[in-house]
Order: sequence, then structure tokens, then C-alpha cells
Amino acid sequence: MKKDDPKSTETKCPVYKSWRELPHVPISRGMKGSIGETGDWRTYRPEIDAKQCSKCGICYVYCPDGVILFQEGSVPSIDYTYCKGCGICKVKCPKNAIEMIRERE
Amino acid sequence: MSKIKKTEMDKEQTIIMSGNYASAWGAKCSRVKVVSAYPITPQTTVVEKLADFVEGGELDARYIKVESEHSVMASLVGSSMTGARSFTATSGQGLLYMTEMLHWVSSSRLPIVTTIASRGIAPPWNIWAEYTDILSVRDCGWIIQFASTHQEIFDSILMGYKIAENEGVMLPYFIVYGGFTQSHTSKPVRIPPQKDIDSFLPSPPEKGWSHLNLDPENPITHGNLLMPQQEYLDFRFLIHDAMMKSKKVIQKTITEFKKSFKRNYSGLTENYKCKDADVVLISYGALAEQSKIAVDELRKQGKKVGLFKLRYIRPFPNEELEELFNSGVKAIGIADQGTAFGNPTGGPISTEVMSLLRLSGKKIKVLPYVWGLGGRDVTVDEQIHVFNQLITLKNKNQYPTDDTFQHGTVWMGLKTGV
Repeated sequence: MKKDDPKSTETKCPVYKSWRELPHVPISRGMKGSIGETGDWRTYRPEIDAKQCSKCGICYVYCPDGVILFQEGSVPSIDYTYCKGCGICKVKCPKNAIEMIRERE
Repeated sequence: MSKIKKTEMDKEQTIIMSGNYASAWGAKCSRVKVVSAYPITPQTTVVEKLADFVEGGELDARYIKVESEHSVMASLVGSSMTGARSFTATSGQGLLYMTEMLHWVSSSRLPIVTTIASRGIAPPWNIWAEYTDILSVRDCGWIIQFASTHQEIFDSILMGYKIAENEGVMLPYFIVYGGFTQSHTSKPVRIPPQKDIDSFLPSPPEKGWSHLNLDPENPITHGNLLMPQQEYLDFRFLIHDAMMKSKKVIQKTITEFKKSFKRNYSGLTENYKCKDADVVLISYGALAEQSKIAVDELRKQGKKVGLFKLRYIRPFPNEELEELFNSGVKAIGIADQGTAFGNPTGGPISTEVMSLLRLSGKKIKVLPYVWGLGGRDVTVDEQIHVFNQLITLKNKNQYPTDDTFQHGTVWMGLKTGV
């Protein structure tokens, strides 16, 4: 349970019920979504038009949150659980194949 | 560059040195691994001496020169996170410039020790003894200890690291002394044999601090965002809790120090002839040390006065003050060598003492003082005058009537045209 164990391989954020269980400081390791489901922050959702996409992978390279999944030769996909909708992929896409669509309730 | 001969380090030496050199020697004998510093009067000779030690091969440490005090503390955040014992010293404006990083250190729970040669805050420029610099960062989560003698500056650094690096404390540590009156005057300082220091203060764990350790093999991110409903509030509480609980570690360390080096420090406070006193002055720093002379003078006249010296203000010595309030004392003066503009009293510590007094429910008369600002002399005669004012308050319930009594506080030495 100790978050500060340097050898910990835990991949989930621990849940603390009492301050008495807390380590001195919070730290994070390389893991998915250490701060929660940041897709909730999104106002505009990037959508890739598979027909226009040239599968270059530039959006994957520029995504600051690493939420674009890309394999050589296929259209990238976006992990909407964590994508914050910043729109950098749209700006960087050389084919203009990404559209930002306003999220509805 | 003269190298210290090994034989000399094996036995105790007594060296006449300035307060600043006592600070540099304290860091050297604590075997600090990283020094980062930016020179500022009156601290300058601390970091010059340390540069000497490193350059001359007497101290095995990295000396990082940076462009500001903010960067000083930022670089020490980095070094301390690797588990390296880290040290710096500063004064006045430099400490204020460092303020943001002070929070990074305490909130990362890093045991950095820093000495402060306190000075007045500009404008107008002033470089002489006054504690407004440290008092304005008193809520940054650092332990704050005053050192009233040169020996105490040296000894406190050894104890400071031991307290700060305690697993249950893990908080940074300030040792504070007055600019020039202490930093630039010389007195004999006893330096124990290095092997005795090493056994009192062993090196930090090779693998770094257990709560936070920068290690390329096990990458981590620290200090990242916590949402309002996550544990931000709880981690704040932990800092306060560790500070309050550090009192026990402080006492234990003082006891161990006495056992190792035969020098005794009283604890969070020093009680000088308070036992049967009905008038007590509460103060801190070198001026408090001087007040002992005033107490002795008045005792000769049969006046039952005492001095209550605060050695620590963070953690605040609640229990010790509670004891004082219960001792039968009738009137208390609290002298601040620093300002807190717009505070209920003129100084910050008097307000804190008065809030504790209110909690105790005791009906003791209180008179706050502000004195010695910008290095203004406070003579023994003036301190005797303070005690006499307190005696008048006790006997006749009469507050000072002269023009220095303003907004419920006596501003000692305020020019009133008399």
C-alpha cells in the first residue's frame, strides 16, 4: 500500500482512507492516469477522419499527453478516457484530417 | 591553502572564529555533500569560508554557484532529493527572495539545514541585526531555532541535521543569529574530534531518503497536481503534525548531544531565574542572552524577575509557556526584534504568546515590546528599564505613559523628541 516504496510496481493510484496511512509526500510513477480520468476535462473532442488520414503519425508524436495510439501503417486512435481535448493534434495534422467537435452532455 | 593536519582533526580544537565561520565549520564538520550559495551581507563570509574548505580539499562537497537565492534553494531541492546532505546560508532580502522555494523544501519534506545571519529588510537599506527576515517566513514549514552564541551556532548545525533527517520529522531546519553582532564578532568555538561528530551524526542512508529519492533506475514524478478532493489538505496536515511531533526528537537530540560533547542546551526554551519570578521577559536571540545581565542586576536589588528565552519558535514551545503561565508569574513582557505591521501587537511572537495565554485562562498582565530594529542598540540599562516598566504594570496595573507606547506595544527607543 505504501506509495513511497521505490521498488513498488503498483500501477494503480492507492486510495487512502486516513491521513495516518499517508507517506510523507505524494509521488507518481510512470503509469496511466495517475491524476484520474482527465478526459472529463475535455470541451472539444478530436476526431480523426480515416479517409483523409495519411497514417503519418505526426499527431501521435505531438500529443502532449500520450493518449494517441499509433501503429505504423494504420489510422491512429485516441484514448478519450484521458484526452483533454487540447487540439494540438488538429493543428499539427498535415492533412487537416482531425476535427474538433464540441462535447454534448 | 593550508590543509588541516589529520592529527589536529583527531583531537578537540578550540579556535577563535566569527559567528559566520562557526556556521561554515558546522557545515564542514557535518560533512555536507552539496553547498549552493549566493553571497549577501552579513552572511557572505559563511559561504566564502565554505568555498575555501571545498577548494582546499578539506570538505568533500560540490559547491554550486548560482545567480540568485531562489536558485540556491531550487538547486538544493534537487541535491537533497538524491539523499545528499545539503547546506546554504543567507540573510535578509536573500531569504525573502528564496521564499517560494522554502515551501518546495518543506512540502517535499527535505532535511536541508540553512543558517541565517539575520538583518533588517529594505528599504531603507539595513544590514544589521533584526529578525524580520526569518519572522516573515515563520509559517513556511521549516523548524526555526535561534542561536545566541558562536558555540551554539556550530553545535546547532550538527543537531539540526540529526533532527531534520529523523525519519519521523523530515523537515528543513533554520538556525538563526544576528547580523554583525554575532556574524562578525569573534569568540572561541570548540570543535570536537571529527570521529565523535561522525558517530553522533552518521551519513544519510546511501540509497537516499525513503520517502523521496531521485534515482534514474526508478523514475518518479514528485510535486504533481492533487485535486481538491484528493489528499492535498491531508499532506498539509502531515507537515504541521510532523512539526509538532518534532519537539520530542529535538529534546532527545539535545540529550544525545550532551552525552557526546558535554555541552547542554536547555530545550525549546531556556528558563533563567523564572522559578520564583513574578515578572518575566520573554525574548529570543542574542538580546535575550544579554537580558540575563539585566536580570542579575535586578535580582541584586531584590526584584523577583526572570528571563524566558525562546530557542525555538517553530515548533512553538506551547507546553513550556503553559508551565510558565502556571508558575505564579504576574506580569509578562514579550520583546520582538522584528515587525508584523498591522498585527494585533507590533511583533509576531508577542501575538503568538498572547494567544496561548488566552487559551490558558490565566489572568497575567502582558506588555509587548518591539526593540532593536535595524541593529538599534538595546543596552542592559534599557533592558532594566523594561523590567521596571513590567514591575510597575504588575504593582499598579499601569501601562507606560510615554510616547513610545503605541497601539498597545512599546516601541523601545522610538524617537519621541525627549
